[in-house]
Amino acid sequence: MSDAPATLLDLKDVNVFYGAIHALRGVSLEVRQGEVVTLIGANGAGKTTTLAAICGLLKPRSGEIRYGGESIVGAAAHTLVGRGLVMAPEGRGIFPALTVQENLLLGAYSRRDKPGIARDLQRGFDIFPRLAERRSQKGGTLSGGEQQMLAIARALMAQPRLLLLDEPSLGLAPLVVQTIFATVDAINREGVTILLVEQNAHVALKHSHRAYVLESGQIQFSGASAALRNDPRVKAAYLGEGT
Amino acid sequence: MLRALGILCLGLAGAFGLHLVVSNAVPPYPALIVNMCGISIILAISLNVINGLTGQFSLGHAGFMAIGAYVSAYFTTTLRYFDPDAARYISEAPLFDGLWGFPPALLAGGIAAALAGLIVGIPTLRLKGDYLAIATLGFGEIVSILLSNFRAVGGTKGLTSIPGYADTFWIYGSAATCLILTGFLQRSTFGRALIAVRENELAAEVMGINAARMKITAFVYGAFFAGVAGGLFGHLMLTISPANFGYMKSVEVVVMLVLGGLGSSTGAVVGALILTVLPEALRDVERQVELSGFRMALYALLLVVMMLFRPQGIFGQRELSLKLLRRLLPSRDKPGRQP
Repeated sequence: MSDAPATLLDLKDVNVFYGAIHALRGVSLEVRQGEVVTLIGANGAGKTTTLAAICGLLKPRSGEIRYGGESIVGAAAHTLVGRGLVMAPEGRGIFPALTVQENLLLGAYSRRDKPGIARDLQRGFDIFPRLAERRSQKGGTLSGGEQQMLAIARALMAQPRLLLLDEPSLGLAPLVVQTIFATVDAINREGVTILLVEQNAHVALKHSHRAYVLESGQIQFSGASAALRNDPRVKAAYLGEGT
Repeated sequence: MLRALGILCLGLAGAFGLHLVVSNAVPPYPALIVNMCGISIILAISLNVINGLTGQFSLGHAGFMAIGAYVSAYFTTTLRYFDPDAARYISEAPLFDGLWGFPPALLAGGIAAALAGLIVGIPTLRLKGDYLAIATLGFGEIVSILLSNFRAVGGTKGLTSIPGYADTFWIYGSAATCLILTGFLQRSTFGRALIAVRENELAAEVMGINAARMKITAFVYGAFFAGVAGGLFGHLMLTISPANFGYMKSVEVVVMLVLGGLGSSTGAVVGALILTVLPEALRDVERQVELSGFRMALYALLLVVMMLFRPQGIFGQRELSLKLLRRLLPSRDKPGRQP
């Protein structure tokens, strides 16, 4: 175990309530340095709630969330960005009235190193040449795929150590999904740890090291993604294959 | 920074030029309208930072204006009020005497309004949309009722014999400062962060933007200039009373913004000009048709027509800039090039 990478994110028995509704029931999971971990599950299973709890948008009623060894329960969302915990929100969450470039620059909001920001802006355009073509276009005029690219590129501008991706394949054509996930692989190879929330289990399991399966706010099972792809329970429920 | 100062000097020089023209060649009544336009411009630009850029809905701008007007007038005016205990009129010399007392008085008015903005800004963190509108409307009414009950500032009669320090230079100098400062603010990272909060508050938060602080800062900034506008108003009209700052005044400023294009500072300027000049210009029409009240009916009709045909306002969210002009003008010369 000594040569296993350090744990970057650690959730222990996290409980979240929306009023009387018990949305997360004792969720525990961990993400180690350099991994791509995916959290799969059906609509309403609590995937987005888990992300919201991690990045400080929701306060869990009980449980512990540790990031880089320190507890981050109750920390405001905007304070975590500077510590490298960055989310690309669901539904892409771009700023429609701002240009592509302005969107990207806002991703670097908590940074002050101008040359570094300029370099990362260029890197974003290198990763997604489509964004370079549209740099002075309003974010709201982009197609769904381009908006997702923008959301990911914008999150990268914050120099994440841990990148939280919320449903990056949502509403995109299969070909675009492939492009997005090829980029996810590339970002991970550059050393960014990724926690990926997906409904599209097929793609998510192909592009991750480990996976957790969430059902009605509880982790049902977890394991190596390659193994889960052949697990009959996962096949039946999420990959649309009969047992 | 140097460029900003250069543009500011240009703006002040422009204000001085306008002052020379207005004070020498314009009769008093049109001159008053010109000056009122300048005050409306400050009100509209400053409200745009709150309502347009940050996407909140404040209906309390008249309240901030009232605070600025009363505080600045309090410093410059000889106060006279009846003291029932001594059974005689008390007269207090102004704290800041003479024309050089005017800028500090204006500043004091702005700062007092900004403090009020800070206090009003805090509940906005929990209120959105209509609810915020109602809360700020309530704030405006509270200010006007409080002022009506303060004997030291004249109660419902208000303050009179305020020295007439606010001339065209002061008014348009302040308007230029407000426009230029807001223009730079809009283009800065800070301004983009305000817009980000308007566009998607959650996404802004996870980008590291402290949405709560942005909203409060917008309120403080907007309230400061509303206070300055109030101070100018008092020293232009020479008398102020709580009735000047009722909720209709706030609504008027909101209408200016919506007409010009919510989110556009230059749109706010145009909206302020139109809505200040129009009611006066329509007086002539009213006189001709000899129908009392026709003026306001026509004014309302124009607004309805405007909202039907251009609901996003004259400018939308765009700014009138040299770049936009350059892009528009050549295509007008050669109609073949128009898309």
